[in-house]
Amino acid sequence: MTWAELTIHEAVAALRRGEVSAVELTEAVLQTIQDRDPAVRAYLTVAADSALEAARTIDAARARGEPLGPLAGAPLAVKDNILTAGLRTTCASRLLENFVPVEDATVVRRLKAAGAIIIGKTNLDEFAMGSSCEYSAFFPTRNPWALDRVPGGSSGGSAAAVAADMALGALGSDTGGSVRLPASFCGIVGLKPTYGRVSRYGLVAFASSLDQIGPMTKDVTDCALLLNVIAGHDPLDATSLDWPVPDYTRALVPEVRGLRIGLPREYHGEGIEPGVRAAITRALQQLAAMGAIIEETSLPHTRYALDAYYIIAPAEASANLARYDGVRYGLSLRDGDVWTMVARTRGRGFGPEVKRRIMLGTYVLSAGYYEAYYLQAQKVRTLIKQDFDRAFAAFDLLLAPTCPTVAFRLGERLADPLAMYLSDVFTVTVNIAGIPALVVPCGLADGLPVGLQLLGPPGGEERLLHVGYALEQALGRLRRPAG
Amino acid sequence: MHLDRAHVEHIALLARLELTADEIALFQQQLSSILGHVAVLQELDTRQIPPTAQVIPRQTVLREDESRPSLAPDLALANAPETEENLFKVPPVFEEFPVTP
Repeated sequence: MTWAELTIHEAVAALRRGEVSAVELTEAVLQTIQDRDPAVRAYLTVAADSALEAARTIDAARARGEPLGPLAGAPLAVKDNILTAGLRTTCASRLLENFVPVEDATVVRRLKAAGAIIIGKTNLDEFAMGSSCEYSAFFPTRNPWALDRVPGGSSGGSAAAVAADMALGALGSDTGGSVRLPASFCGIVGLKPTYGRVSRYGLVAFASSLDQIGPMTKDVTDCALLLNVIAGHDPLDATSLDWPVPDYTRALVPEVRGLRIGLPREYHGEGIEPGVRAAITRALQQLAAMGAIIEETSLPHTRYALDAYYIIAPAEASANLARYDGVRYGLSLRDGDVWTMVARTRGRGFGPEVKRRIMLGTYVLSAGYYEAYYLQAQKVRTLIKQDFDRAFAAFDLLLAPTCPTVAFRLGERLADPLAMYLSDVFTVTVNIAGIPALVVPCGLADGLPVGLQLLGPPGGEERLLHVGYALEQALGRLRRPAG
Repeated sequence: MHLDRAHVEHIALLARLELTADEIALFQQQLSSILGHVAVLQELDTRQIPPTAQVIPRQTVLREDESRPSLAPDLALANAPETEENLFKVPPVFEEFPVTP
C-alpha cells in the first residue's frame, strides 16, 4: 500500500489529519509513475519539479494554519489538450510538440486555486480524435489491466494514469465519448458534464458544439469533488452556462427507491459482447433489488447518431484546425511561399486520423455537399435531442452500456477507420444532445473492466452522481490485480 | 459513394493539406467508404425538422464594452516561429495564390 493508491477524498482527509504531507504524497505518485509508466506510457510530460514545489507551498501554508482549498495537496493529471501555463501542451501532435502555453485553461486555474497539484500531462489521440490512444503522434498508451490492450480514447492517458495509481484523479475531454470510453476500458469513473457546465476556455478546440471537459476518478465521490471545483460560469467561454453550482457531494446518497430508470432498447440489442451484457444485467438486478423502477424505452433515432456525429464533428474540426497554419505557434515548415508553408506544415504536422477528419469535414462543408451532409446531420441532431427530451419526460435517467465491448487489442482497429468509429456507437448521442452522462465500473468480463453509462437530462449531474454512488456502494470498486 | 482522385485533391487544396500520392489514394478509398456509411442519413425525411447547431439555452452572449487587460505582445509572440518588431513574420504572401482547379 502506498499513498498513491488513495482516492482524492481519502488523501485530502489524510493530509488534513497530518498523516501524510503533500510532498510525501506527491513523491509517492512520482515514484509510482517511475515504476509503472515505462510500461503503461500514460504521460507525455511529468512535471516533477513544479509538482513538488506546489506540494511544498501547500505544506507550508498548512503549517501556518492558512485556509486551504478542497483539493489541497492532491496530485492530479491533466489531458494534454488542456492548456497549462509554462508546461508544454502538445495535443499529442507533432504540430504542437514544442508549444508552451502562456496561460492556464480555466479548469486548470480552478484546480490550482483549490490546492490541487498538477503532476503531469497525459497522452491522447492526436487532437482528441480517436478511440484507442493509438493515434498519439508520440506513442500509444497501454491499458494497465492488460498491457496488450488499448486504454480507450481519446483521454486514454488520463484513464490509464488514474487506473494505475499514477495520479489520484485526472481531467479528460469528451467530444464523442473520450472521457467515458477510456473510463469504461480502464475500470474508473468518468463524467461528461452537460454542455456548458464546465468552461472550455483553454481546452484546445476539436468540435466546439460537442466538446466538454470532465473528471476521471477512482470513485464517484472524487468525481463530485472535482466537478464542484471545475463547474460554473466563466465569462471567457460564451457557451458557459450561468446555472448555479450545487455541492455535488450532497447528492451522494445510497438510496434509489422509486427512481425511474429507462433502458433504451437500441442500446441493449444485438452486437453487445456477452460478458458486457452480463455485467450490465447484474447492475440492473442490483438497482431493481434496491427499489429502482426499471422499464424499457426507446430512442428511435439512435441508429443515425454515429453517422450524424461523423459529419458534425469533422466539419467543426476542419474549421477549428484551420488555425494551425505555421504563422503564430507550432510547427512551421518554411521552404517556399506562404501557401506552401501552410499546406506543408499541416500536411507533415498532422497525423493520419486528423488529416482524415479535416478532409471529411472540408468535404461535407464544401459547396454542393453542405445541404446533403452537414445540414442533414444537424437536422438529425434535432431528432436525437427530441428522443432524449421525450425519454426524460418519463424517466429520471437512462442506463446503457458505455461500449459494446471491453478494451480491444492494440492494432486491432487501426486499419479500418469505420471499425474504430464503431467504438463510439453508445457515447456520441450524449454529445449530440448536450446531456450529461456518468460511467461507473460495474464488473469484469474476461478479467477486463466493464463500465455502465448513466444518462441524464441537461443539468442532471446530481441525479447521475446519486445513482452512480448508490451502485458503487452496492457493487464495490473494481480492484486491479497487483502488478 | 465514390470519390475520384481529382475530387480528393480538390478537397486537400481547400483544406490546405499537402498530401503524398499514397495519402491521396488512401483517403480516396477511406473517405468513399465513410461517406457510403453516413449516406444512411438520407433515408430520413427531415423537411419539417429545423437544424440544431448548438444545444444550450443561451443566445449571443455580450459583455460590457469596456477595456480590460489582454495578452502582452511578448506573450502573444512567445511561441511564434519567426518575429520582427513585435510582428509575426511569414514568407511572401503576394507572389502566387493557388486557384481552385
